[in-house]
Amino acid sequence: MTELVVLLIVMIIGAVVALEIKDLLSSVVIIGALGLCLSVGFVLLKAPDLAMVQLVVELILMVILIRATVIEDKHDNNKKRENAYFFVVISSLVVFLSAAFFIIRKLPIFGKPIFRISYAYLKDLNINALGSNILASLMLDWRVFDVFGCMIALFVAVICVLLLVKGKRKI
Amino acid sequence: MMKKNIIKLIMSTIIINYSIQVFFVLSGYKLQGDLLVFSADNNILNMVDPIPQIIVLMAILIGLAVNAVLVTIAIGLYQKFETFDITKMFEVKE
Repeated sequence: MTELVVLLIVMIIGAVVALEIKDLLSSVVIIGALGLCLSVGFVLLKAPDLAMVQLVVELILMVILIRATVIEDKHDNNKKRENAYFFVVISSLVVFLSAAFFIIRKLPIFGKPIFRISYAYLKDLNINALGSNILASLMLDWRVFDVFGCMIALFVAVICVLLLVKGKRKI
Repeated sequence: MMKKNIIKLIMSTIIINYSIQVFFVLSGYKLQGDLLVFSADNNILNMVDPIPQIIVLMAILIGLAVNAVLVTIAIGLYQKFETFDITKMFEVKE
């Protein structure tokens, strides 16, 4: 459990550094390191399928972000906004943290999850039908409609990106 | 959200995405739990909770799609206004 705590602290420090550093390219690289730390954390939390998906998604995201940061910006854009935004940010942070304080006390204790729905799923699972990976068989057996919605969202995003790129070329 | 650069704003949404994913997986973790694989020495009642892992698997994919669309829109705005600064974007007049 100690290695997980160390990894999470490293991730928090990395997130703060990535947002506060001035060079855009190095902050993109720190975001990539954060994603790799996240995938190692998934392995420590016994979710290896998530770790693999996170690794691939992180590499694609790095390519997209580096494409955006290659563009040279002539203006100096490391300044902050006016003070009015500062008060908006602080007040929303206070509201969010006070809500989180009341909600987190209602959660189950760490290490002992509520196992009601999952127990019903796991009890009736057909082992011989879909192989020995429980995550894949749950996704393709009980949750297949959610996977359908996820795929629709992915294709709509791809169509949006293609439309935007094509529209720029014509102008 | 105090930044002016639009790429930094996209990065902040990515970091929020990561934190939500870690929170969901942590909420389903069981101490000394087994992997989600059927085998002889894995007890089915001592496993990690699979429901948050399925939700996070979809959240990762949808997050990738959303971030790709955001970066494409940011590059399009740069080609139109020639800056990444969101406060200077709407002051440009031809």
